[in-house]
Amino acid sequence: MKFSEQWLREWVSPQLDTQAIADQITMAGLEVDAVEAVAAAFSGVVVAEVLSKEKHPDADKLNVCSVDDGSGDPVQVVCGAPNVDIGQKIPFARVGGVLPGDFKIKKAKLRGVESRGMICSASELGLEEEVSAGILVLPASAPVGVDFREFMHLNDMTIEVDLTPNRGDCLSIKGLAREVGVLNRLPVSGPDIEPVAAQVEDTFAISIEAPQQCPRYIGRIIKGVNVKAETPLWMVERLRRSGVRSIDPVVDVTNYVMLELGQPLHAFDRDNLEGGMVIRMAKPGERLTLLDGSDVELRPETLVIADHNGPLAMAGIMGGENSGVNENTHTIFLESAYFTPLAIAGQARSYGLHTDASHRFERGVDPELTPIAVERATQLLIEICGGQAGPVVEAQSADDMPAERAIMLRSARLEKALSKTLENSDVTDILQRLGLGVSVQDDGWKVIAPSWRFDLAIEEDLIEEVARVHGYNNLPVRRPAARLALQPADEARLTQSRLRLQMVARGFQEAITYSFVAPELQAAILPDAVSPVLANPISADLSVMRASLLPGLVRAMEYNLNRQQTRVRLFETGLVFNGELDALSQVPMLGALVCGTREAEGWSGAKERVDFYDLKGDLESVLALGGSAEAWRFEPAEHPALHPGQSAQLLHNGEPAGWMGTLHPQVRATLGLKMDAVVFEVRLDKLSQGQIPAFEPLSRFPEVRRDLAFILKEATPVQALLDCAKQQAGDYLQNIKLFDVYAGKGVAEGHKSIALGLTWQHPSRTLNDEEINQLVDSIVTQVRVTLDAELRG
Amino acid sequence: MDHLPTLVSEARDAIQAAQSVAALDELRVRYLGKKGEVTALLKGLGKLSAEERPAAGERINQAKQTLADEIDTKRQQLEGAALNARLAAESIDVTLPGRGQSVGGLHPVTRTLERIEGLFTRIGYDVAIGPEIEDDYHNFEALNIPAHHPARGMADTFYFDATRLLRTHTSPVQVRTMKSSEPPIRIVCPGRVYRSDSDLTHTPMFHQVEGLLVDEDVSFADLKGTIEDFLQAFFERDDLSVRFRPSYFPFTEPSAEVDIQCVMCSGAGCRVCSHSGWLEVMGCGMVHPEVFRHSGIDSERYTGFAFGMGAERLAMLRYGVNDLRLFFENDLRFLRQFA
Repeated sequence: MKFSEQWLREWVSPQLDTQAIADQITMAGLEVDAVEAVAAAFSGVVVAEVLSKEKHPDADKLNVCSVDDGSGDPVQVVCGAPNVDIGQKIPFARVGGVLPGDFKIKKAKLRGVESRGMICSASELGLEEEVSAGILVLPASAPVGVDFREFMHLNDMTIEVDLTPNRGDCLSIKGLAREVGVLNRLPVSGPDIEPVAAQVEDTFAISIEAPQQCPRYIGRIIKGVNVKAETPLWMVERLRRSGVRSIDPVVDVTNYVMLELGQPLHAFDRDNLEGGMVIRMAKPGERLTLLDGSDVELRPETLVIADHNGPLAMAGIMGGENSGVNENTHTIFLESAYFTPLAIAGQARSYGLHTDASHRFERGVDPELTPIAVERATQLLIEICGGQAGPVVEAQSADDMPAERAIMLRSARLEKALSKTLENSDVTDILQRLGLGVSVQDDGWKVIAPSWRFDLAIEEDLIEEVARVHGYNNLPVRRPAARLALQPADEARLTQSRLRLQMVARGFQEAITYSFVAPELQAAILPDAVSPVLANPISADLSVMRASLLPGLVRAMEYNLNRQQTRVRLFETGLVFNGELDALSQVPMLGALVCGTREAEGWSGAKERVDFYDLKGDLESVLALGGSAEAWRFEPAEHPALHPGQSAQLLHNGEPAGWMGTLHPQVRATLGLKMDAVVFEVRLDKLSQGQIPAFEPLSRFPEVRRDLAFILKEATPVQALLDCAKQQAGDYLQNIKLFDVYAGKGVAEGHKSIALGLTWQHPSRTLNDEEINQLVDSIVTQVRVTLDAELRG
Repeated sequence: MDHLPTLVSEARDAIQAAQSVAALDELRVRYLGKKGEVTALLKGLGKLSAEERPAAGERINQAKQTLADEIDTKRQQLEGAALNARLAAESIDVTLPGRGQSVGGLHPVTRTLERIEGLFTRIGYDVAIGPEIEDDYHNFEALNIPAHHPARGMADTFYFDATRLLRTHTSPVQVRTMKSSEPPIRIVCPGRVYRSDSDLTHTPMFHQVEGLLVDEDVSFADLKGTIEDFLQAFFERDDLSVRFRPSYFPFTEPSAEVDIQCVMCSGAGCRVCSHSGWLEVMGCGMVHPEVFRHSGIDSERYTGFAFGMGAERLAMLRYGVNDLRLFFENDLRFLRQFA
């Protein structure tokens, strides 16, 4: 809501400057967004009269005029505006004057004719954004010689407030003035609004068929209206200062009353109405062409204003094109109605509309304003356009009018809520000035909420009102007290923070990517993924929920490779979304991606490309954090995004818990990635499951170590060998180290040599060679049987 | 016997001239060994008279001692020089950069979230989280935002269907926590939230931290104290001015927006604060009785406050980041600045 300070001051005028008023209402909850001068700086412009006009001898489009600027002698000026004419009152910039943009007016010769000054258009004075078609013509009553700024009251400020949805009552000068009055404890008064007596008998029938949506509807015929009359300059200016453009006098008056009082109005052309007005819900299949030219199919939950032929307007939102006032209108039907917030809320938006009227009705328009606004508009219309008013016709469903809201404010509750004792008389004063009906009780105040305050319904609402007017910053500050009760702490559980820090320690940067991704990207990486699709995405690129962290990480890698980065190590934690909405899982994952060289460019070598085992080492360092690394296994398995020969499924206690591998060359080609990348993605809930350390006594007896090298088939996974060896190695095996992998000369084609170092130790005695030899024999035998592998000769 | 001085003088020259520990060892054997030249003199004492023998013996022993000392001294010299030579040969350029992975870094938003969580958990708040695909009930209804409430227009919501949506705030976690636990409740709820808005100052996804405290006798003064303390602690500025402006959130009553003195210009007015000297940083208020009703908490007995803030906004102010969109581009040159 934008408004002129001068307009407000006609209602209530505190002894405060503009900024102080802006600060005051901001701190009362009506946040001021902007304070701006209503007109750019200019000087030396006065009201003048055009005395004569002659064609310029050497230019078709120019006129040579003489104007009376009140200084005595007529002044000669060359004017190019097509609309300049003798007898007009016009804004005249004298020589020495300065127009907006620091444009200095000097004596000049235009095609040989002297010109001393300039007749100005509205845009040249900064009063219109678009370039005006001609000079600004002032009313005939404008006094010659008077400074134009004074004449137009341009030494005024526009204040723009950003109102919260609960304060629909402040969407008018009246409402804002009421608020300023409360804050400054000043009386508030507006223009006198007297009923306009009927001069003609014409009426038009009104029938409310949807009383819950429209409890009150008032209409009035005004005959003989001259729609070609000019809207008075003062009204055009006030509208302009509220950001509303002048259209025609009828629309201007309805807009003016809406800004002044807060009641949206609508004027119909009576001659286009048939039978009578019916306020009803739209019928299936009904269509309406709106004022903005759009043709919409109405839905049954939409309230319409109809006549006996069909819908004329979308109630409280927008009028129809065919029933509105046009340049041939003589008789208007003026509508002032109370549509309930629930009837309008959501409707405008559902048609993609948002109008000044719908904005107000969905927040709540004072139902007591309906008859007042119609009188105010009648008064202004007749003043400007002439015409004769008919009697006011009102339809009302008393049962559906908002019920009176009585609310109790207990003084004890108020004091407890604010930790402050306020003077009872102050509280009473605040409530009364807000317009509440107050009856002081022993234990507090019983109040009746005013008809314009839709937001006051419960005690807390009143507490807020008192606190707000008293000033939040005048209320005390304290710290909450709490019992120092210890909370359970799960020692085995690893926090996300701990896991992230491990990734950081391994040289990864944390990324945060959007949770929605491009469907093509997701499909390229996870062709079988099913994840929820947004009904109203911001763009197609961000329209499906990620089923994996990989699409986002791959995009981030690409983004960096395109910016001269040659090495990327990224990780992310966050939810991934899998399944249809009704069987949806939202699972937190840890994902990582590496590409480029093993180590950052440096002097010490390590210029090889990072590979599967590098990232596996990083992942294993995370898996080992909780002390239960043995719960995890890497199983060779295929994944559509991963190289079939370089991918593993992660199992946690035998349950699938993630993937790791090199991106599939096909995926890389499809996405046009510049480098190979190795990735993993693991369930965070599984990663968080550590265990509490359980001490085992240290043996004082010597360790025995045996190294065994086996020749395995190339395709046999090392894990099988390790499993087999562990299984046969007895209870006293301390660890197995895999210390060599070799293929090549000396090892048969299609085979590899794997060297294991096994260490045994007994807790209470020295192990002898014989028992170790037995264990080694048993390992070798078992490996031969199950893996068809021999000891290396 | 008469050639003892010559022998000693010869031997000393030889010791001084020795170039290695091995050469010294040879000299020791040659002069002082069992068959050494000086040892031989001692053996010759028997040829002297009993009167001459003690004095001569002493001279020989003295000479022997002198040579032994000289050899030891020389040995130490040679060993020291050898060690120095070895150390000199082994010296490296310690200014060369170290080997291996360099350290990575947390995303500035994570860093900020963890800082906020830390400030609150240290005084007894728990961290609570919840789903990001929410239903209408938890995101709106239970927070006193019924269908068609104008406040629904405040947050442009991403929908999947008529009732399922991406949460527009982390407030649903409040509702879920209040439904599943009894007061006193003290939680902070960090997480991703989504609004259908994308321009210079909005991204369709961002992060919020919501806080909630419910107990007996919690007042607006407690809320003010908590928020003031938090903002001063977060920005590490004891003198940071904080002000509370009445505002509107359907789920709190009274409600407030919180402004801090601009941290860029200390309130003097700058581009960041639009020359107002103040920065809006968070919203807060006392929990609305309707929210308590939905959560099954008796609003006559319990009161509470809630607050919510945008992590990116706080991170921008804290670290001086001037473009919101940087947070989600994941440009390594940006991320590395927060290591």
